[in-house]
Amino acid sequence: MAEVALRNVIKRYDDVEAVRSISLDIPDNEFVVLVGPSGCGKSTTLRMIAGLEEVSAGDIYIGGAIVNDLPPKDRDIAMVFQNYALYPHMSAFENMSFGLKLRKFSKDEIKKRVDHAARILDITELLDRKPKALSGGQRQRVAMGRAIVRNPKVFLFDEPLSNLDAKLRVQMRTEIKRVHQMVKTTTVYVTHDQVEAMTLADRVVVMNGGVIEQIASPQDLYHHPRTRFVAGFIGSPAMNLIRCRLEQNGVGLRVRISDAISLPVPAPLSARYQALTGKELIFGLRPEHITEPRRSDRDQQSEFTATLDVVEPMGMETMVYFTVDGQEVCGRVEPGSAKGPGEAMPLYADMNRMHLIDPQTGLVL
Amino acid sequence: MSTAALTARASQGFNLGASLRRNRRWALITSYIFLIVFAIFFLIPPYYMVVTALKSDAEVARMATNPWIIADGITFDQFKILLTQTDFLIFFKNTVIVTLCTVAITMVVSVFAAFSLGRMRFWGSSILATGIFLTYLVPDTLLFIPLFQIVKWLGLLNSYWGMVLVYPTLTVPFCTWIMIGYFQSIPKELDEAALIDGAGHLQMLTKIFIPVALPGIIAAMIFAFTVSWAAFVYPMTFLYSADQQVLTVGTVTSLIRGDVYKWGMLMAGALVAAAPPLVIYAFLMDYYIAGLTAGATKG
Repeated sequence: MAEVALRNVIKRYDDVEAVRSISLDIPDNEFVVLVGPSGCGKSTTLRMIAGLEEVSAGDIYIGGAIVNDLPPKDRDIAMVFQNYALYPHMSAFENMSFGLKLRKFSKDEIKKRVDHAARILDITELLDRKPKALSGGQRQRVAMGRAIVRNPKVFLFDEPLSNLDAKLRVQMRTEIKRVHQMVKTTTVYVTHDQVEAMTLADRVVVMNGGVIEQIASPQDLYHHPRTRFVAGFIGSPAMNLIRCRLEQNGVGLRVRISDAISLPVPAPLSARYQALTGKELIFGLRPEHITEPRRSDRDQQSEFTATLDVVEPMGMETMVYFTVDGQEVCGRVEPGSAKGPGEAMPLYADMNRMHLIDPQTGLVL
Repeated sequence: MSTAALTARASQGFNLGASLRRNRRWALITSYIFLIVFAIFFLIPPYYMVVTALKSDAEVARMATNPWIIADGITFDQFKILLTQTDFLIFFKNTVIVTLCTVAITMVVSVFAAFSLGRMRFWGSSILATGIFLTYLVPDTLLFIPLFQIVKWLGLLNSYWGMVLVYPTLTVPFCTWIMIGYFQSIPKELDEAALIDGAGHLQMLTKIFIPVALPGIIAAMIFAFTVSWAAFVYPMTFLYSADQQVLTVGTVTSLIRGDVYKWGMLMAGALVAAAPPLVIYAFLMDYYIAGLTAGATKG
């Protein structure tokens, strides 16, 4: 068990900078998820921590010591790969014990550790099987077992669930969380799936274009995104991002999103946004904050009517899509209240949850 | 849908099924015809060898009898004489020694070469890999002249150890090439997993790559064995005394005296010489075909 730290870490491939000076502190036992779109540098960062990629500049610390020049085997880490990377000629037991054998553990100790890991992962019956006789989920368990038996300082996961089907992915996600709760170890987990990131992480690191956009707890990230990218990336469906102008309206402010619709900025927020009056901005509001007018204490000025383009019933709720000034907006309404496509529907924007984003800097204001 | 329409559709389906079956039957018949013609064509020489080897010298020499059948009854005399009164067993022993050594040297050199060229990216590795293959394209009929000088300089002329030295020039490039392909087909995550598990490069090679690439290694071994067993130009050039000679050249030179061809023994010799490759092919083919890499990664 150990803390991991990255200090101004850069990775260059010829003249392309894949990771641009990132710094990150992961305390002992924390489960950190690196999330971002393809090519954002998350896997490269993980591979640098693992020692599979050299660091172009900066330092990586594991347990307080710089590990930049240490080979992977001396970093005391274990890694689970997207495609499992099980040794095909070895049984599940041999796969799990390979690292221990190389480290000259006694046979008894190896057996004890493998049995323990197999019990945690519920694969005791599968230990004699070769990888080809295992299903995708079972292979991934064996791959996790191979990591657990080593009892390493740090667990690294490189998109471990991407190869599994949707149902199994959800199941394995819970499994990984359970294993982390049982085997308390610092964990760095890479995924492009923001749901995985939100459900697993103690803290989420959102990366984009080789830089860290934001580091925060899942809740914090969801409710207080710091950049336009994070606001749009986290949450499904994504946050509505609509061009707007901030207007003075008597003592208050209003967000004008189209000629017909302008919504009042709640009084507690007005002071913060006062200086931005008259500016072209981006108005951000999550779909669940655009609903049918349901609360009795609602501000009636925040109501508006929209003609629906698409209606998607999801069972528990219904997603409604409409267009504001050429931009698609999504709302989340009670199934019973949803109108049909082409019909006008009264909607309510919960402006207490609004965000304003500077289109130039991409920062949430 | 009306009943009539349903019936029409069902009969259409039936017709379709019947025509598919007919097509399949014709495809099968055609392929059988071609396979039989092909098999006969390639089995004629071995058949002729067997028939001739089992005849007496007298029958072979008699022009009146049909050469395709054994008229005077089967005799193993040719084999007996070949094994007891000629140097055939010496040739055989020499060939076995040369082939085993060549296969061993080839496998050691080309496994290491292929691992480093296919897996450890370094400056010039891909050019080197292509270069190795290009050397395979130079025929031995061209190489034997400069090689003669080298073998002579090493004092290995007329010694089968010289063959152990020169045969790998034929086998190593191609075997390396085959194995580079095999090693490259092994997912990169497998070496990374091994690296993290604590394996060094040598352990990675011996414990992961060689077992996983076994089908490729066996394919390369079969190739090296065949080339070495059947080599003709080099022993013809570099070996001239019977005690050092190998099967290919030895059988021909000792059983053809001037214009006297000992056909029966030549054929018996060729049959015995062909036996080891046949046995090896029969044993290793299954292994060769078995897909050992299944399940390495997502499958």
